[in-house]
Amino acid sequence: MLLIPCPWCGPRDEPEFKFAAEPALRPTSDVSDAVWADYLYLRTNEKGFHREVWSHAGGCGQFFLLERDTLTHTIHRALKPGEPS
Amino acid sequence: MKRLPGGGRIDRTRTLDFTWDGRKLSGFQGDTLASALLANRIRIVGRSFKYHRPRGLYGAWTEEPNGIVDLAWPDGRHDPNARSTLVPLEAGMAASGVNAWPNIRHDALGLIDLFHRFLPAGFYYKTFKSPSWETFESRIRQMAGLGTLRPDADLLHYDTRHAETDLLVVGAGPAGLAAARAATSAGLRVMLADDRAAWGGSLLWQPHDIDSAPATDWVAQTLAGLDGATLLPRTTVFGAYDHNAFGLLEQRRTAANSWAAERVWMVRAKHVVLATGAIERPLVFPGNDRPGVMSAAAVLQYLREYGVCAGHEVVVATNNDTAYATAVALAEAGAIVSLADARPDPGPVALTAQSHGVRVRPATIPVATGGHHGLRWVDLAPRSALGTPERVRADLLAISGGLSPAVHLHSQAGGKLRWDEPLAAFLPDAARPGQFFAGAITGTPSLAAALAQGHAAGAAAAHALGRTVTLAAPRTPDAVAPTPITPLWFVDVPDRRQWIDLQNDVTLKDVALAAQENYASVEHLKRYTTLGMANDQGKTSNVNGLAALAAFTGRAIADVGTTTFRPPFIPVSLGALAGLRHGKLFSPVRHLPSHADHLANGAVMREYGGWLRPACYQRIGETVADAITREAAAARASAGLFDGSSLGKIEVAGPDAAAFLNLMYYNEVANLKPGRIRYCLLLRETGVVYDDGVVARLAPDRYLLSPSSSHTAGVLAMLRAWHQTDFPHLKLAFHDTTAAWATYAVSGPRSRDILAKLTTDIDLSDDALPHMAFSEGRIEGLPGRIARVSFTGERSYELTIPAAHGPALWRHLLALGAADDVTLYGIESLSVLRAEKGFILIGTDTDGMTLPVDLGVTAPLRNKHLDFVGKRSLLTPDALRPDRRHFVGLLPEDPSFVPAVGSHARVDGRSHGWITSSCHSPALGRSIALGMIEAGRARLGETVEIFHLGHISRATLTAPCHLDPQGARLHG
Amino acid sequence: MRYSAVSLLRQGLAGQTGWPQAWRSPEPKKSYDAVIVGGGGHGLAAAYYLACVHGMRRVAVLEKSWLGGGNTGRNTTIVRSNYFFPESAAIYDFALRLYEGLSQELDYNIMLSQRGILMLAHTEHDMELMARSVNAMLLNGIDVELLDAKQVRAEVPLLNFAPDARYEIHGGFTQRRGGIARHDAVAWGYARGASGLGVDIIQGCEVTGFDIVAGRVTGVQTTRGAISAGAIGLAAAGHSGVLAGMAGFKLPIQSYALQAMVSEAVKPILDTVVMSSATGMYVSQSDKGELVFGAGLDLYPSYAQRGNLPVEREVIAGMLEMFPAFRRLKLLRAWAGLVDVCWDYSPIIGPAPVQGMYLNCGWGTGGFKAIPAGGWMLAHLLATGQHHPISAPFDLSRFETGRLIDEAAGAGIAH
Repeated sequence: MLLIPCPWCGPRDEPEFKFAAEPALRPTSDVSDAVWADYLYLRTNEKGFHREVWSHAGGCGQFFLLERDTLTHTIHRALKPGEPS
Repeated sequence: MKRLPGGGRIDRTRTLDFTWDGRKLSGFQGDTLASALLANRIRIVGRSFKYHRPRGLYGAWTEEPNGIVDLAWPDGRHDPNARSTLVPLEAGMAASGVNAWPNIRHDALGLIDLFHRFLPAGFYYKTFKSPSWETFESRIRQMAGLGTLRPDADLLHYDTRHAETDLLVVGAGPAGLAAARAATSAGLRVMLADDRAAWGGSLLWQPHDIDSAPATDWVAQTLAGLDGATLLPRTTVFGAYDHNAFGLLEQRRTAANSWAAERVWMVRAKHVVLATGAIERPLVFPGNDRPGVMSAAAVLQYLREYGVCAGHEVVVATNNDTAYATAVALAEAGAIVSLADARPDPGPVALTAQSHGVRVRPATIPVATGGHHGLRWVDLAPRSALGTPERVRADLLAISGGLSPAVHLHSQAGGKLRWDEPLAAFLPDAARPGQFFAGAITGTPSLAAALAQGHAAGAAAAHALGRTVTLAAPRTPDAVAPTPITPLWFVDVPDRRQWIDLQNDVTLKDVALAAQENYASVEHLKRYTTLGMANDQGKTSNVNGLAALAAFTGRAIADVGTTTFRPPFIPVSLGALAGLRHGKLFSPVRHLPSHADHLANGAVMREYGGWLRPACYQRIGETVADAITREAAAARASAGLFDGSSLGKIEVAGPDAAAFLNLMYYNEVANLKPGRIRYCLLLRETGVVYDDGVVARLAPDRYLLSPSSSHTAGVLAMLRAWHQTDFPHLKLAFHDTTAAWATYAVSGPRSRDILAKLTTDIDLSDDALPHMAFSEGRIEGLPGRIARVSFTGERSYELTIPAAHGPALWRHLLALGAADDVTLYGIESLSVLRAEKGFILIGTDTDGMTLPVDLGVTAPLRNKHLDFVGKRSLLTPDALRPDRRHFVGLLPEDPSFVPAVGSHARVDGRSHGWITSSCHSPALGRSIALGMIEAGRARLGETVEIFHLGHISRATLTAPCHLDPQGARLHG
Repeated sequence: MRYSAVSLLRQGLAGQTGWPQAWRSPEPKKSYDAVIVGGGGHGLAAAYYLACVHGMRRVAVLEKSWLGGGNTGRNTTIVRSNYFFPESAAIYDFALRLYEGLSQELDYNIMLSQRGILMLAHTEHDMELMARSVNAMLLNGIDVELLDAKQVRAEVPLLNFAPDARYEIHGGFTQRRGGIARHDAVAWGYARGASGLGVDIIQGCEVTGFDIVAGRVTGVQTTRGAISAGAIGLAAAGHSGVLAGMAGFKLPIQSYALQAMVSEAVKPILDTVVMSSATGMYVSQSDKGELVFGAGLDLYPSYAQRGNLPVEREVIAGMLEMFPAFRRLKLLRAWAGLVDVCWDYSPIIGPAPVQGMYLNCGWGTGGFKAIPAGGWMLAHLLATGQHHPISAPFDLSRFETGRLIDEAAGAGIAH
């Protein structure tokens, strides 16, 4: 059971959170099918260090960036959106 | 074996009667079922899984592989696979053996053992193939399995607790107590858990002096000093998870307490001290499974804890020092003891033993045992010359093959293990964050070291939290240095059976066969032979098994490695794990404000998207179908009243609300005028229609969204995600007000007349309040809102007032409408009304593939110039395919036949789509349907075959709207 | 040596000492015509069919750990082909038909037990969706039956039919040819078959990189040296993304932990596989007597092959809602697999963006039941460079065209 440091609320248990997505820059609507499919479906799916968006859905409802190791589940840090990384 | 006249921590004044296989026996308060069986000279307690060999008790606690019994309590409770060593004896218990017929002493299936040479490991992979496995399966299934589950015998309540602590100490032996003592002294919040009822761990049966007092006094003093600590006796830490989360099983049942007999704790610890001790592993030698062959450590526990001497003529066989304490204690208790030590020079322990009358035979090992239904003799031979054994009479053979540290929790949480050659044991490698080890888990055999390690661990945890321990570490006199273990993994007599896993009947030969057939990975070994996969999870067999594998494959044990330990440490009842989450608490349904009124009005309540809502209101003598038809007809003939309170009500406010929602919705919403309402679709990024609903503009900077009942939380989450992650610069806020308001719809040609009787300051004229508009004001003196939206196709008014006043308004509307024949209608009736109109129901007519174009809603894509969520996905080759499934109506050829929802349109044997809604339409007097049909809009007028479970009917494709396509009734 | 009751008897008299290795453990050669990365069911099956159907013998399977140790050895062993879309039905039923003859074909008892699988419906709406599925399956030629509540009760009387049950049972549907098989035996049987035909199964050999020249893969770098290859197949389930990363492309796949659990063994109490749409749980009783069960994913990316307690408890609570009688049974063991969940819950089979490389991945939680077909399709691609007609719809290009095969949506799940 992960202990996730919500940047607003502090450390809380995993069931309060939801994993949202790998962060990705949304392209405009005039891109090719291939570029759009890349954005929509393709994932780096890193084994090891991974940047990901989570939300404290069962708490403050805020989204944040989490730096986490997908192999060891070690959590490096959590960042508020826009916080320099 | 017998009960000694004194000793043990049992209460000899309280006799408890119980039965074993129907025989009446008795034990004492403080006994386990196992110790009571042993005291009653019960030799055979189980049958092995495969060969049905008779088995006696081997262990005394969690490691026991044999004593799995069927247990029934007088209160009706039943446990099909109870581990007798862990069951506190209670009066009236009825215990019996499992997996035997007719009983455990005389088991007909014991004949299987005669054919053992034809049943090696994995024999079933090589046979039972023809004609098919199923030919043999049911008979094999009957023979497999242990106990028999009684379906109706669970009377227990279970409880769940969540806790956080500075320090969790697992194990209250000397090391754990020292850790808890140190940490508590520094002001840490400590939880101390031990699976026994009594505190002290090994001190309970290995008395020593600590801090110049008897160990029992030290234990009592230490416990008394644990200020504010949470003490959890009879609590097993069964699982270790990420970031120092732990699962604990607390056994709470006593004669006086049967409520919440088991409680699962989920504990988050800043730090943890694993003082879990070690488990003695057996020696592997021919005949080592005979009843009467027991763990030396267990024999000592039975003696000290329960005053039970497990044998009179005893052979102790060992390859290390630990069994000497057992030998000495047995000799002191009056048994005749000789001790075979595999080591040529056992060192000082041998001298002590000899001084207690134990005959010590160095460099000697057991090579055979004998005795029908129990041990009668042991053959001992010099390790160097196995051919010349000496037969020794014995009714107990107490064995010790060394200690395996209880590293389970460390491994479960992802910790690594390393093989320590001198200790011949797997030890925990580097500690995980916040984790400390103390005591036998580190491989130390010494009490002094265990106390020092425990104290240091407690101090380190305190230090990490900025506290200091000033207390001195507990001290004990230094013991003599132990003589190192000499591994004896098995005896080199290949033709005799030597058991490694007692419960699953895995022998040395099976391991050899696995190696020979190249199942050479330790995981292959485990799976091919089932080694370590029985109820005891290999607590006594794992290390012996992989040592044998190493020998047969010519590798070092360190290179063979070990399998990963999996939670739980001991079997945990599923009921305890589920805890309070069952029945109504499993996933609670939501109630409407007028729930009681609906019940009073005869509502048939069903769950829709997490809400309990009226499907219809059934009158006496009516079927549900009758009720639906009556309600739907009444809503078109006069007026109907509908509870729409579960519809979502999300307010979006802020200067950028319009801009943001315009990005979110498929339809244009920025140009919506305040006071007006628009029906909109909300798409996923993939273009799929996620939800539909009306959007009302309350003010230039304020919108009210009405997602469908089951999607309100999802829509809110989706909007929040977009706002926070992609458009954080836009200024707006969300507020879900769904539960704050009650909403009722009055629909039908006479709805206007009913509304006219309402006391309100809202102008209800069509000029002031046209279709798709709303007004705010006071309704019967309360703040509220009236909207002209229609889900039925009839003139409709939706009244919204504070939820607390909902029931009163509901009753008021019912009274006001009585003269106009107002009829209550439920979801199913609404579904008929909207199907007549061809309105979609999200999740019924649509699914995770439906694009707006499939619904015929294409104007926004053509006209809306701004980007919106999902736009690009509407332009992929697949989205532009002309043969996509379209939402259409279907008119069955037989107007009295309602085709089932889920029927498919079949053309040339292939599905061309399916029916999503169907009903008898009271307004049209015939059956109608809606569906998603390939290229449906281009095929209107075509007749297709309708297929349902082999039955064929026919229907003609039409436009979805079956009634009043011009929408005149909205204004009627 | 052929496996049979006779050979078992003969070996019994000879002390079981004459059995040969089930598979060889050769040193890797410098070069192969085809190299398959991943020694699980799919990879081993692909190697077997390459050798026996396409006659290719210079084939290697590279396994970073021990063969069959990934999802093949961690799943709940369910086989079925009750899928909504014709494309899915075609591939999964092809797999089931191969399973039906596999014990004989491989001369290895995979213990296929076609005891039927029963999917429960808990509301009228569920029943309607189920009718839609059942009709689709019937049109796809799959043996399914829609059952009402009474029929369900007759099949599985232990289910919770109490009037106050949280999830009422309205009915369900069954596929009688569905069931379970012994997962390890499938891997071992294919390994033995492939090895016997000359395939080199190289365990403890981790791929560390690909040799790619002008957009074409020519070999692999491994912890046991470089190996050149005419064609390379990837069948690495949860690690597919890692391999794709090495080859320089991404996949529409996210790796998650999926937990599975077994209870202690008891005498037979459940004779069919039961699944519930409300809680997502599935349960069967193994031939040994253990309940084998699972449900949802630990829903965040993970390579840890280790689950967490809250999901475990959720799964158990869900099962007990269906089977209150199981409350006194004890959990014996819980573990996790590393599943490669594809965006549309269908697999990816076909050429990779790198020439000469072929994909078999994205099976998510359902790879075991597809092993024979997944292997067959990958073998076909490796041998011919072309899709088998059954695998064509599962090409990676579907994400660009938008022509997904969304089985979750087909089952009526909006997402």
